[in-house]
Formats: sequence, C-alpha cells, structure tokens
Amino acid sequence: MEIVVSIAIGIMAGAGVWLVLRPRTFQVLIGLALLSYAVNLFIFSVGSLSVDAEPIVRAGVPADLTNYTDPLPQALVLTAIVIGFATTALYLVVLLALRGLSGGDHVDGQEERS
Amino acid sequence: MGTAALMLMLGEGNRRLKAVINTASTLTGLLLAVWLLLRVQADGTAALGVYLPGNWPVPFGIVLVADPLAVFMAVLAGAVGLAALLFALARWQHAGVYFHVLFQLQLMGLYGAFLTGDLFNLFVFFEVLLAASYGLLLHGGGLARVRAGLHYISINLLASLLFLIGVAVIYGVTGTLNMADIAAKIALIPPGDRGLLHAGAAILAVAFLAKAALWPLNFWLPPAYGAASAPSAAVFAILTKVGVYAILRLWTLCFPADAGGASAGFGGPVLVWGGLATLAFGAIGMLASQQLGRLAGYSVIASSGTLIAAIGFDAPALTSGALFYLASSTLAGCALFLLVELIERAREVEEGPEDLDDGNYALPAFLDAEPPKGINLDDNEEALIGRAIPAALAFLGVAFTVCAMVIAGLPPLSGFVSKLSMLQALLDLGSAPAWWLFTLLIGSGLFAAIALMRVGVRHFWTAQDRPAPRLRVVETLPIAALLAAALLLVAQAEAVLGYTRATAEVLHAPRLYIDAVLGTRTVPNPVKGAQP
Repeated sequence: MEIVVSIAIGIMAGAGVWLVLRPRTFQVLIGLALLSYAVNLFIFSVGSLSVDAEPIVRAGVPADLTNYTDPLPQALVLTAIVIGFATTALYLVVLLALRGLSGGDHVDGQEERS
Repeated sequence: MGTAALMLMLGEGNRRLKAVINTASTLTGLLLAVWLLLRVQADGTAALGVYLPGNWPVPFGIVLVADPLAVFMAVLAGAVGLAALLFALARWQHAGVYFHVLFQLQLMGLYGAFLTGDLFNLFVFFEVLLAASYGLLLHGGGLARVRAGLHYISINLLASLLFLIGVAVIYGVTGTLNMADIAAKIALIPPGDRGLLHAGAAILAVAFLAKAALWPLNFWLPPAYGAASAPSAAVFAILTKVGVYAILRLWTLCFPADAGGASAGFGGPVLVWGGLATLAFGAIGMLASQQLGRLAGYSVIASSGTLIAAIGFDAPALTSGALFYLASSTLAGCALFLLVELIERAREVEEGPEDLDDGNYALPAFLDAEPPKGINLDDNEEALIGRAIPAALAFLGVAFTVCAMVIAGLPPLSGFVSKLSMLQALLDLGSAPAWWLFTLLIGSGLFAAIALMRVGVRHFWTAQDRPAPRLRVVETLPIAALLAAALLLVAQAEAVLGYTRATAEVLHAPRLYIDAVLGTRTVPNPVKGAQP
C-alpha cells in the first residue's frame, strides 16, 4: 500500500512542478492545485498508513497508536485544505485581474520579447 | 482579529470610524508589546512568559511564549505598523474599502508568528499574515501591482507547501509539534531517523528563507515591494524579518552547538554562505537600481542577507549586534518606503519607463492633490533674489539623508553602531567566512552610500523651477517618528545593546526556553462547591 500512495504523491508532485514552471497563469494555477493535493496526501501519510485501525475511540480498546490511526495528521490536513482552497481562489481572482489589465495570460503580463 | 471582524461588520462606509478604530487598536497593540518588553526585561535574563490559550497540558496544547526575542520583534512590528497606518490615513486608505481590515489581519499574523511556540500554529499565523499581505500588495490596483502580486502569491504558495512538508516530516520523526518538545527530543532520535529529520528541517528552512529573501529565492522581492503602495511596502519591511526570526528561533533552539551527535550546528555553513551571497546580491542590486522603490527593495535584501549570515556563525556576540542591526534596518527600511512616495510625488515629471505604474491613473480623485501649476510666491519677487528652500523639500531632503546614512551604516547613526558591533565580533571569530562577512559588510555599506547618494543628488539637487511639494502632517509624522526611533537607538545604544546581548545569551542557551515551556503547568479548575 505504501508504494501505491508514494507513487501517486510523486506523480502529482512531478506534474505540479512541471505545470508551475509553465508560462501561462492558468497552468500555474493547476500546478499549484496538484502540488497542494500531493502535499495533503503526504501529510496524511506521515501518521503512517494502516489497515483495520480504529478511527474513533472505542470502549475496551487501549488508546494508543498501535490500535488507532493518528488523528493529528488528519487535523493538519484539514487546516491545509482550507488554507489551500482560499489561496487558490485568491490566485484565480488575481489571474482574472491580470488578464483584464494586460490583455493576455502570460505570467509576466506580456509576451516574451524576441 | 476582533478589530478586523468589527470593521468588517461596519460595511463599506464609515471610513473615518474605521480609521479611528484601527489607529486605537494598533496603538494598543504597540503599548502591549512595550509592556511585555519591559516585563521580560525587568524579570531578568531567564524570564520567559508562557501562556496556554486552551489550557491543555504541554506539549499537547498550543503555547504562546513571550521571550526576549519574541517581544523585541513584537515591539518592532507595532512601531512599523503604527507608522504605516498613520501614513495611510493621509490618502491611501481611500484606495480600497478593506484596507483597515487587511491591516489588522496583517498585525495579527505578525504578532502571532512572533509569539507562538507551536510549529503548526506558526504555519497558520504565517498564512494569516501572507493572506493579508496579498491583499495589501494589490491595494490600489494597476497593472504593475497585479503583475507583481501574481508572482508574489505564486512564490509564497510554493513556500507554504514546503512549510507543510517540513512540518509533516518533523512530526513524523519526533512525534510532536511543540517547538520546545521538538528541541528536547532531537537528542533522542535514533541514527536511522536522523537523516529524515535533517531533510525535514532543511525543507522547512527553505520555506523560511524564501520569506527572508535569501539568494537565489529573492528575485520576487524588488518588483513586489517596488510596486506596492507606500504603507503596504512599509509593513513589508518587517515581513521579511519574520523569515529571519523563524530561522533564528528554530535553528538556535533545535541545532545548538552542544546538541549531541550529528545535529550540532546543522545547516550553519549554508546560512553563512547563503547570507553572504544574499548580501552581495543586495549590494549590487542597490548599485544597479535607477528607481528609488527598487533600491529600497534591494536594501531589504541586503539587510536580510546580513542577518542570516550573522545567525549562521552561532556566536552570541555576533547575534547581539545582528539584533541591533535588525531593529535599525527595519526602521530605516520602513521610513525609506514611505519617503519613496513623497519624493516621487515631489517630482513633476516621471523619468522612469513609460509603462511604469505610479498608481495615480487608477485613483483619479488624487489629481486634486497635485499642486496647481503657476502658483509660486517667487513670481512676485525680484528676478535676482534667491528662493528659500520650501519647508516640505527641506524635510524630504533631511529625512532622506538620515535614512540613507542609517542604511549605509555611516557614523554617527544606528546603522553604524550595529555594524561596528558586528565587525568587532567578527574580528574575534577570525575564520575565513568571518573575514568575508567583514569585507562584505563594509563593501555593502559603500555600495549603499554610492547608490543612495546618486539618487539623492538626482532628486534634490537638480530641481529647477519646480512647484514646492505639499505634504500633510500625518504623512511626515510617521517618517519623523521612525527616524527619531533610529536616533533613539543611538542615544540609548548601551541599554539596547545590553538587551540584545541578554537576548542573544538566552537564544544560544536553548535549555532555558525548553525548561520554561515544558515546565509550565495548566491552571487548576475551579474547586466545585466553593462558596463566594
């Protein structure tokens, strides 16, 4: 299971990095979104992946991490998701503003001079 | 935060009421920071105030720590914030309806970042101050701001992702997010996991160094700070120091020289050489700049490089001088960003590139602020009689001169005092990187002096038949106050250096911080059945 999740994170991170280095604003936006997904999965996996571990405290089962999934990385992911969503929306607004002001979607606000 | 919410509920009108609320809140914040400073100072070197907001036991709950460094930064943030706000009251608050709300959120993020003792809480406060800075950078609109803003947002979003990766790896290795607890557990990490810890710490450091504008992560800074409106850029002068603060806090706490095993001083050489490269880049950038706004941005880069290199040496005497330099350069940088706009406004003709956005065309109401042409008292006087220097121009000239001397580190101002203390500490160290920093400190001062002198000559000495600029007291007062604070640093240099020396000693003895935080107990619950 670890190998599948690792490959998924790696592919999304690689695609995100490639897109972030593109010259068009929307491509950068998608790249940032992919990187955000990859990082969120990474944070989640830091608590170690597990099968058949209780998510919520159950009577009779000792309350330690050998019996339960670690809740803290999940809490961190929730915060990161909210912040990432807000900043992505902000980036989109700035993207539209730059499009309106410069007439194009190049990240520098103007086409590259030859 | 309460103030920001209150002003948000006031809607888009009531600007005057918002201005009063914002000013009162900012002033209160500054007074509270000063009170914390006095209390920390009075309680002696080992005094650290620890507060548990949720009253959960350490290390499970979030802690706020008021130690000498955090309080020092909080006072600086309050002073810079108050000055920028007063300047904005003249006219920049009219450029957007949510300026006051964003400003309060910015201050909240700054204070929180300085005071928190929890790594993930630091991330949250970083996001708060960054989100507010995105809005403040775009304040006033215009193509230059939106273009620089897009780059600024992209860079910081990527840095935030690195921040998260670093925090996650450190949590995975140490099992905790409390800074003091992380520091306590580092010595206990098995050798097999130490590489992972170092990787996480390095990634986290890259996020902070991007914020601190370390080379080669700093190409975003001059366009962004140059495009921002004057009050926003003034606040950004302290924003760059947040990254420096985070490095200083976590590096001295987690990787001191006496840390057992391979983690001692981890990353120190990278900080030193990276800081030196940044200092060189900033100095050359200042020399190459033709516009005052960009020159101010590069001076921020140069000061960041100086601080990071000084931190990397892990020498308390050098850290003491660096903290003094931090205060001096922040005050001068803030004043310079405010001056840039006044000086530019004093010029009738903009000599920069044609597409340079000075923000005026987006704000047609500002056209009334331009002095009417032709009105000049000299028209009534004899042609051969010389014209007195207008008071406004005299103020601009004197303020610029003082500001330039502080930034360049010329005697007898605070920039010189701080550089002298750092040079003295470097002489005691005597290593090759120390000599490099010694040379670059003097060289960057020379470059800054040349660049600022050239700009000053161009702006003030070539004026011919130009209407006198009209300044408002609320615009000149914050600049005068900031420069007066820099002068006060010189007059009280012994006391301030004493404080920074004590702060440096506390920083380089992380056991004090760890014991203070881990030793804090929760407040007992009220006893049941007790009668009033």
